[in-house]
Amino acid sequence: MKKVYELTDLDCANCAAKMERAVSEIEGVESVSISFMTQKMTIMTDEAGHKDIMKKVVKVCKKIEPDCVINL
Amino acid sequence: MSRKQKKSLIRIIIAAVLFAAGYIVPFADFPAWAKLCFFAAVYLVIGYDVLWKAVRGLFSGQLLDENFLMAIASVGAFCLGDYPEAVMVVLLYQIGELFQSCAVSKSRKSISALMDIRPDSANLERDGAIAQVSPEEVKIGDIIVIRPGEKIPLDCTVEEGSSSVDTSSVTGESVPRDVSIGSALISGCVNISGLLRCRVTAGFGESTVSKILALVENAGEHKARAENFITRFAHVYTPAVVAAAVILAVVPSMFDGNWSEWIHRALTFLVISCPCALVISVPMSFFGGIGGASRCGILIKGAEYLEQLANVKTMVFDKTGTLTEGSFRVTQVNAAGCTKEELVEAAAYAEAYSHHPIAQSLRAAYGSEPDSSRLSDVSEIPGQGISAQLDNEPILVGNALLMENSGVEFTVCDAVGTIVYVARGGKFLGSVIISDTVKHDSAEAIKKLRERGVERTIMLTGDSESAGQTVTKRLGIDEAHCGLLPGDKAERVEKLLSEKKGVLAFVGDGVNDAPVLTRADIGIAMGGIGSDAAIEAADIVIMDDKPSKIPLAVGIARKTLRIVKENIVFALGVKALFLLLGALGFANMWAAVFADVGVSIIAILNATRALRTKNL
Repeated sequence: MKKVYELTDLDCANCAAKMERAVSEIEGVESVSISFMTQKMTIMTDEAGHKDIMKKVVKVCKKIEPDCVINL
Repeated sequence: MSRKQKKSLIRIIIAAVLFAAGYIVPFADFPAWAKLCFFAAVYLVIGYDVLWKAVRGLFSGQLLDENFLMAIASVGAFCLGDYPEAVMVVLLYQIGELFQSCAVSKSRKSISALMDIRPDSANLERDGAIAQVSPEEVKIGDIIVIRPGEKIPLDCTVEEGSSSVDTSSVTGESVPRDVSIGSALISGCVNISGLLRCRVTAGFGESTVSKILALVENAGEHKARAENFITRFAHVYTPAVVAAAVILAVVPSMFDGNWSEWIHRALTFLVISCPCALVISVPMSFFGGIGGASRCGILIKGAEYLEQLANVKTMVFDKTGTLTEGSFRVTQVNAAGCTKEELVEAAAYAEAYSHHPIAQSLRAAYGSEPDSSRLSDVSEIPGQGISAQLDNEPILVGNALLMENSGVEFTVCDAVGTIVYVARGGKFLGSVIISDTVKHDSAEAIKKLRERGVERTIMLTGDSESAGQTVTKRLGIDEAHCGLLPGDKAERVEKLLSEKKGVLAFVGDGVNDAPVLTRADIGIAMGGIGSDAAIEAADIVIMDDKPSKIPLAVGIARKTLRIVKENIVFALGVKALFLLLGALGFANMWAAVFADVGVSIIAILNATRALRTKNL
């Protein structure tokens, strides 16, 4: 399932790159792309586990860039 | 400025004033701790968030982020007794961050402004009254009213009124288009002069504007190789620099015992090391390039394709509808024994009832509606043409066979295209040549593409060898592959892909080229408006049908790539230089902060150049 989320307060390009790398390593995430310029995250996941996966995604991102909010 | 940016600005001003005051206060007259307390207070004003983020990062395992580096560098300077320098580092860092944030949001805004074609509302006519509703609520068949100055909210056709429409935000075409009853309107364009009453032909989700927006918004997904390279590079670069800093602090000190000097140099090293300039400027350049292209009516689905487009070496064109108009027109009239007007009139009358494209182009050339009272006994002779009575005189319109069979003496014409012979009262009137015309900017486009690095141009067509060769010769295309069936095109492109060097692009009008568009390294669809298949299958969509947009797209791609390379070389070069100077003890903290944020800002400003597409 492909979903696009808006990100608020994503202030640093390097953090975006780090988040992208960390999210891509989460189990169940098929592909992810975080665009610093458009402040958007495009993520492909298993249909079934999507909710749980997104919880993990939020946790991972919080760790890297605590100010950035994923608008679920 | 956003609220966050304003807050940061106020903090910078307060800290800067206090910092300057610190130089005036004669600290020598006070006890030693007074100076420490004063600068520590200033430091907290400007750097509390940096410190807090660094501490937080420490606990969540993010040891090597920017804040952490800044915190170590400044706290380190405090420990070495260099209080003003500690404050200065953080102050400069914050100024740089603010600049950077402003530059990014400004260019982000200017790019999104280019792409801002989303209509806010539609004026729906319901029970005789007009209500302002959101475009999503309007259904197919509803009547909407579009006032002058408003955006066209949904694809529709004009029922009442006439106006001119500015399509520049969608197609990049600056000349307004005149519309009247029956004209199809494309959502996203702006109605300039008159009030229009229109019937909606597509729901908002299926309207052109939604499709374009979806395409542009997803452009961030396909990252370019250069972008991925930079993020991978940053991933190994930061730890490497930190390791180098540790070595720099420890190893030489063990030999000469001058710990404070070497630690100082190591701190400078850390400040220089931040990879942000690189990580930010590369995607920003691509984003600018995509934004600039969309303003010209060229939609690029991702940075990846922009990068590929810059390296196109082989370009394959579909002929009909891409390089040629794709519609038949009378291109030559050879009258023999009457005026050209009489000849075209006779031909148009004979074809008055036919729906064949040839007949339509003859009627178009005649210009007015045939008067049916002058015409009688129209009959079609299969495979030959038409015979009829015009003003009670027999006329024959058709091919050479028709003339021969009817015993008319005629002059054979050997022009390329469809040749229609006309006879009246058994006497030859002349011939009319109908052919597909080459677009006026095709030749120019091919020439420019060659100047921009395309080495091989190939045309694919289902037409005969002679028709194909005529076009290639006129346009200066290297090769023509003629007589192809639709299925052959994919096969031919497959073969070209196996023998090519560099990137191969295929340009088609998208109507039946979808498989080929997907197969080529880059698929470019022309005349994207209204063709879903093209928007789906292609990597780059040219909204209008002008071939001259193709070299423009290549030009934008090449410029963007050049800017990306400049930024990578500049940022890495400056960093390497300052790292070296820092290690040797020639670069102080000022220089270090410049090497970090100064380089970022210059790289960002350079990246915004990608947005400008004039003179390309």
